[in-house]
Amino acid sequence: MSSVSVSRLSKSYNSIKALDNVSFDVSKGELFGIIGPDGAGKTTLFRLLTTLILPDCGSAVIEGLDVVNDYASVRRIIGYMPGRFSLYQDLTVEENLNFFATVFNTTVKENYHLIEDIYKHIEPFRTRRAGKLSGGMKQKLALSCALIHKPKVLFLDEPTTGVDPVSRKEFWEMLLKLKSQGITIIVSTPYMDEARLCDRIALMQNGKFLRIDSPDNITASYPYRLWAVTANNMHGLLNDLRACQYVKSSFSFGASCHVTIDESASAAMLDAYLSTRGYDDIGIKEIQPTVEDCFMLMLKEDAQ
Amino acid sequence: MTEEYVIQAENLTKRFGDFTAVDHITFSVRRGEIFGFLGANGAGKTTAMRMLCGLSRPSEGKGTVAGFDIGRYPEKVKRNIGYMSQKFSLYEDLRVWENLRLYGGIYGMKDREIAEKTDTVLRSIDMESERNTMVCDLPLGWKQKLAFAVSTFHNPKIVFLDEPTGGVDPITRRRFWEQIYGAAASGITVFVTTHYMDEAEYCDRVSIMVDGRIKALDSPMALRNKFGVSDMDEVFRMLAREATRKGD
Repeated sequence: MSSVSVSRLSKSYNSIKALDNVSFDVSKGELFGIIGPDGAGKTTLFRLLTTLILPDCGSAVIEGLDVVNDYASVRRIIGYMPGRFSLYQDLTVEENLNFFATVFNTTVKENYHLIEDIYKHIEPFRTRRAGKLSGGMKQKLALSCALIHKPKVLFLDEPTTGVDPVSRKEFWEMLLKLKSQGITIIVSTPYMDEARLCDRIALMQNGKFLRIDSPDNITASYPYRLWAVTANNMHGLLNDLRACQYVKSSFSFGASCHVTIDESASAAMLDAYLSTRGYDDIGIKEIQPTVEDCFMLMLKEDAQ
Repeated sequence: MTEEYVIQAENLTKRFGDFTAVDHITFSVRRGEIFGFLGANGAGKTTAMRMLCGLSRPSEGKGTVAGFDIGRYPEKVKRNIGYMSQKFSLYEDLRVWENLRLYGGIYGMKDREIAEKTDTVLRSIDMESERNTMVCDLPLGWKQKLAFAVSTFHNPKIVFLDEPTGGVDPITRRRFWEQIYGAAASGITVFVTTHYMDEAEYCDRVSIMVDGRIKALDSPMALRNKFGVSDMDEVFRMLAREATRKGD
C-alpha cells in the first residue's frame, strides 16, 4: 500500500502555476527525493501535503487520510521540517522539544529512541535558546522536533540548503537511519548529488515532474555516450568544444567538461580537433552520467 | 610585470569575547583572479568576508582591499567593492533599469554615466528587452544575472559573491560561472564562497578555512594532487573533518 498518493494536484497563485497536475505515489518506508531548483514548486507541494494550503484541484492521500477532508488527522501522523527555521527562537533547545512533544500529546521520554542519534549532538546545549544555535544545530533540533511524535511520514523541505558538504553528508546518514526504522520520508533538495541516496527521485521544474524513477534507472536511460574531457586550459576548452561541429553538448563539471558528440564522430576525432586548437594534456574518457547530467538534458528538452 | 594584489590580509583576526572567529589569516588575491573562499558552516568565512568588505573591524592584524586599509578606511573600501549575496539584493518592486539607476546613484555615479552604463550592461547580459520589466516578474536565472550586473555596475575592482548560486538549476548555475569568467577576464577580481564543490574547480585558487584558520590555499589541481584525491569534494572533507568547532 502507498504511504502517500498524489493525484493530479494543482495550485496556482494568480497567473502562476506553482504546481501543475502532479501525480505520484510513495511506498511505506520509502525515501523519496524531490529534486529541483528554487521556484520549481517544491515548497508549494510540501505545503499542500502538510495541509497548510488547499489545492485548486486534484487530491492527496496520506496513510489513507485525505489532506483536505481529514486535515486534522493528517497533521497528527506527519512530521514537517519547513525550509525556513520555524522553531521558537526564545525557547531553549529542551523547551522546544518538550513543547512539540506536548502538543502531540506525547512525551520526549516515550519517543527518545527515535531522536537519540540526532539529539545527542545538541544535548550539551539543551539550555541554550534556539535562536542562539548555529545553523547545523538548528537543523538537528528542527529534525528532532519534527520526529518527537513518531510520525508515519516525514516531510523535509530543503533541509540541507546552505549547509556545507560535510554536514550534508552527516544529515543524509541520519535520514537513512530513520528510513531503516520504517518512516516514509519525502525530502526536497537543490543538490543533485543527494539524489543518489534516495530510493526514487522526482525531477521537478516549472511546477511539473519531468520524471520519477530510481536514480539508477534515470542515469541508465541517458541516451548518449558521455565523455569527460580535460586539457591544460579548461575555460578555453569549454568554448572550443562548443564551437566544434560534432559536439552536441558541453558543460563544465568540476575539473572536466562533460561532452556528448554526434554518433558519426569518435573520441579520436575530438582529440585530433583539440590538438589542432593547440591544447596539451588532452584527456578524453568515457564516463557514466550523473543525475545532474540527466537533469540538464531534461531541462534542455523541456525548454524546446 | 609586477603582480598587483587587490586583497592582502595579514594575520587578520576577529574575536567576539573570548571566541576567536577568525584566527590570524594571511593571504593575497591577485587582480583578475577568481578566488574561492571555502569552509564548513561556522569556520569563520562570513566573519572574514565582513571584515574584508569594511563591515566589521578586525581585532588584530591588517587587511588591504582595493588599495585601502580595511580598519582605517572602511568607507573607501565599501565604495570600491561590489557585493552580491544569495538573496540577490535587488528591489523586487522596481523595474530592471530602476535597480541599476538606484545602485549607480548610491555609488555616486553621474546621471550620464548611469544612462550609458545601463545600455552597455543590459546589452551584455542580453536583457535589453526587459529594461522596463519589474524585477519580481523575472525568472530566477535572470534575477541572478541582473544581480551580478548590479554588483559590478560601478566598476569595482573586486566583487564579493556570497553563495551566489544557491538554489538555481544546474544549467543556470553554469551560465552564471561563464558570467564570472567574463568579469574576471575584464580585470575584475572575483572573491566567491560556495558550497558546491564542483564550482571550487572553476576558481583559479581556493582557500579552505577550518576553525577560523586557512588550512589550505592553492589551485584546485595542486590541492587535489597534494591530498592525492580526485576531486575537491574529497579535499574539503579531509580538511573539514579535522574541525573541532561545531556549526556557526
